[in-house]
Amino acid sequence: MAKRTGSGPATAESMATKQRDIAVSEFFLKNRHLLGFDSPRRALLTAVKEAVDNSLDACEEAGVLPEVAVELEQIADNRFRVTVTDNGPGIVKNQIPKIFAKLLYGSKFHRLRMSRGQQGIGISAAGMYGQLTTGAATRILSRIKNAKKAHSLAVQIDTKQNKPAILRDTEQDWHPTFQAVDAAGEPDGPPVVSKHGTSVSIEMEAAYQRGKQSVDEFVKQCAIVNPHLTLHYRLALQTKTEPADAKPEPATKSQPAKKPAPSQPVALAAKPGITAITYHRAVKVMPKIPDEILPHPHGVELGLLMQMLKDTESRTVRSALSNDFSRVSAQTALDVCTRAGIDPKTNPTRIAHHESEALYKAIQDTKLMRPPTDCLSPIGEAQILAGLQKEIAADFFTAVTRDPAVYRGNPFQIEIGLAFARPQENEGVGIEEPVRVLRFANRVPLLYQAGACAMTRGVIGVNWKSYGLSQPKDALPIGPVVVLVHLASVWVPFTSESKDAIASYAEIIDELTLGLQECGRRLAVFLHKRHRELEAARKRNYMELYIPHLALGLKNILGLTDKEEHKVVGNLKKMLEKTHLDV
Amino acid sequence: MPKTKTKTKTKPTAAAPTVVSKKAAAQKIVAVAQEIHADIIKKQRKPSMEFPIRSLQNVKYDVKRGHFEILGRTATRTLSYNTVKTFAQSMRLLATTKNDLLDKDDIAGKREVYYNSKSWGECRFDEQPESDTLLDDIEAMLAINREQLGYIPEERGGDVTGPLVVIDQDPATGKPIRIDCTKLGSGAWSIPSRVEHLRFEAGKAKFILAIETASLFQRLVHHRYYERAKCVLISMSGVPTRACRRFIRRLADDQHLPVLAFTDGDPYGYCNIYRTLKVGSGQAAHINRFFCVPQAHYLGVTPQDIHDYQLEDATHPLEEADIKRANDALKNDPFIKHHKEWQDALNQMIKLGVRVEQQAFAKHGLNFVLDTYLPDKLKKSRFLP
Repeated sequence: MAKRTGSGPATAESMATKQRDIAVSEFFLKNRHLLGFDSPRRALLTAVKEAVDNSLDACEEAGVLPEVAVELEQIADNRFRVTVTDNGPGIVKNQIPKIFAKLLYGSKFHRLRMSRGQQGIGISAAGMYGQLTTGAATRILSRIKNAKKAHSLAVQIDTKQNKPAILRDTEQDWHPTFQAVDAAGEPDGPPVVSKHGTSVSIEMEAAYQRGKQSVDEFVKQCAIVNPHLTLHYRLALQTKTEPADAKPEPATKSQPAKKPAPSQPVALAAKPGITAITYHRAVKVMPKIPDEILPHPHGVELGLLMQMLKDTESRTVRSALSNDFSRVSAQTALDVCTRAGIDPKTNPTRIAHHESEALYKAIQDTKLMRPPTDCLSPIGEAQILAGLQKEIAADFFTAVTRDPAVYRGNPFQIEIGLAFARPQENEGVGIEEPVRVLRFANRVPLLYQAGACAMTRGVIGVNWKSYGLSQPKDALPIGPVVVLVHLASVWVPFTSESKDAIASYAEIIDELTLGLQECGRRLAVFLHKRHRELEAARKRNYMELYIPHLALGLKNILGLTDKEEHKVVGNLKKMLEKTHLDV
Repeated sequence: MPKTKTKTKTKPTAAAPTVVSKKAAAQKIVAVAQEIHADIIKKQRKPSMEFPIRSLQNVKYDVKRGHFEILGRTATRTLSYNTVKTFAQSMRLLATTKNDLLDKDDIAGKREVYYNSKSWGECRFDEQPESDTLLDDIEAMLAINREQLGYIPEERGGDVTGPLVVIDQDPATGKPIRIDCTKLGSGAWSIPSRVEHLRFEAGKAKFILAIETASLFQRLVHHRYYERAKCVLISMSGVPTRACRRFIRRLADDQHLPVLAFTDGDPYGYCNIYRTLKVGSGQAAHINRFFCVPQAHYLGVTPQDIHDYQLEDATHPLEEADIKRANDALKNDPFIKHHKEWQDALNQMIKLGVRVEQQAFAKHGLNFVLDTYLPDKLKKSRFLP
């Protein structure tokens, strides 16, 4: 054994002095990749995404047709200011600091209802990330209906205690203002001024890069999947004079090379570095506000069951079961208790551990009605079509909204949209390219980890060859196709907290497959018809090439007049088209 | 390739191509065009053209006449997506034939037809075989052989030497020209593409010997074999051309001469060269009655000759294609099927597994063929039918 030194092995006592609480915020500070802030590029996207999610949730809950402005302003080489403004109901002053500067604070975690945000981490994490990388505070402007002034706050998060710190709290005369722009990026009509709304502005270390995982793509997909949304996007990059900069500088592109397809971001010729675009709403119908539901027993795990029994206000196990869960009638509750060998009149707070295990098992063994599905608010086939049609130039669109289904006691619903796009007019699609899969969970675009996502796997799992697309083994089919996949659920089973990919529950894969197959069949009908039409056109051209020669031969032999020759050509065309071109 | 529907008809096809005037030929083309025009305009239906099928499947061996006679099966080419190009080309080719050849009394070679189509734009022939096939179709449809339509063959008709005077005409003046085929030195007289107008004097000849290869022909000419044997020598250079067949037929008919064929001893020599010379071909089924030599007999080289003249070590093994050709003939060729002797000969050859060339007799000395083999065979006078 080595000789003991002063800093020898710790004792239980010395270790105890080092053991202390870890603030949630401290934990996430060290594990920021879990929340989607692992790279500067991704951080920019995540911040926008969390802010837009909140804005849309707030607008829809308040029944306001959402108008959202997303602004990215590069203020230094690796620093951006992200500002997201909405015309939502606004936030009462007391809540502002907690919402924007306290992790795990929110309205959505405790209820089982479909919404974009779930845990109440996102926007505060974005603020915290900005605070960590730049030291700047999160600045909020919010005006509620009928208020005289707007609140203007600057908040930071006390990462040790997970508590907000208010740096500034004033009132000012502010109205959310939205300026639409036209295809050239110039102002299009007078600005829209709202009487209420919220604007959050975060300064952070970030990097902007175009592509499939960019903010550009995110806002575009938001516009597709939220056809009731008008979204104003503005990107202001610093114009660089040093040519040594290796990064691609998209904004210096003075003119778009081709005719802009629907809503292509346009760089402003007059103001280098600035890109502006407005995605206009296609429908004025608000999504149905989903109902809140009680948890379904089949979706509750043992620990949560024990917690719920402990917290219940009911006085018997039987009433706790029927009051706190959905789809459990008094009779069913009695059956469950009998099966578990528990007196239904037992006080639920006094259930022993082994008893709750028996109860848990009894619940799993009991056949229950599926959870109510009116807690879901699917986009709807018409809205999906409207969204696709306004943002994708295509020859064929179709959409399917499946009936709700259940995984692990959680209701969910799959929706599929499909567009057969015109390759020249859309970025990222091509005849030789794999199809583009746009993934959405509760209307939020998912841009990362496509390969790990049940949606991608669902698309790969369908045999697209039978629908007229080529498909390499275990890969996405090939073709100028955009596939939109939407999962609506009260609890979206993400594979991680950064909310990138959907877990592959068998029930979800099944529903995806059925929806994709339905769209595939419709695509096949379209492709078949298109093929027939192309074939007919080819045949017509071929025949019309030779018919005049046939007539000319006859004319030369019989000495026909030009008029007679013309008649021969006409008759032949008619006869041949009738038999060969019955499209 | 144009697609055509085939059907069997009991009615025999149009009359034989006797000598047709240019005007009559042109009139026939007009009649075809009128029918097509009537279909299109008056009857409002898709026009069609009907051709006799030209293949061994549509001929029978007419023993009495001694040649392949075409049967009644015809192919109908109805205008459709698949046939529209061929149809258009047919019309343009008919128009060219009538307006440029018949009406203007001009001639054209097959290759000229092909190049002429290059001015037709999209309707042009891409390869010469396309125009050749169509020309054959038209010939069969009109039942007028193409020589009479003004199309001249480009291949050589064959060479002639021997005790024969051919009386030809000066193309310009029409004055007769006498050609004595014994006074051509070391050369020979070439059979022209049109032979209908020729007249013959061959009092000294006893028979006609038609030879496959030019080299053996040269040997016989060099040694003036025709004087010794009193025969007219004709070099066919492979399968005899129409002109060559017609020439032999006319000469044989006119001078009442027997015809003997001397080819390589292989299935091609038997089934293609000799069979075509004697009874015609499937391809020209519609005009065989003129282009055949029913009085021909086969001199050699027969499979039996291999034994009789000890040629076993001067043979070559039969190739896959030879065996296939022999078996095809045994199964499908109406001529071979009719003659037991030919079946025996082919079977004997398949059994031997070898073929023999005309030049093989050089084994016994260069002139063995004319000093021994030919006199021997002529003396025995046992020929295959």
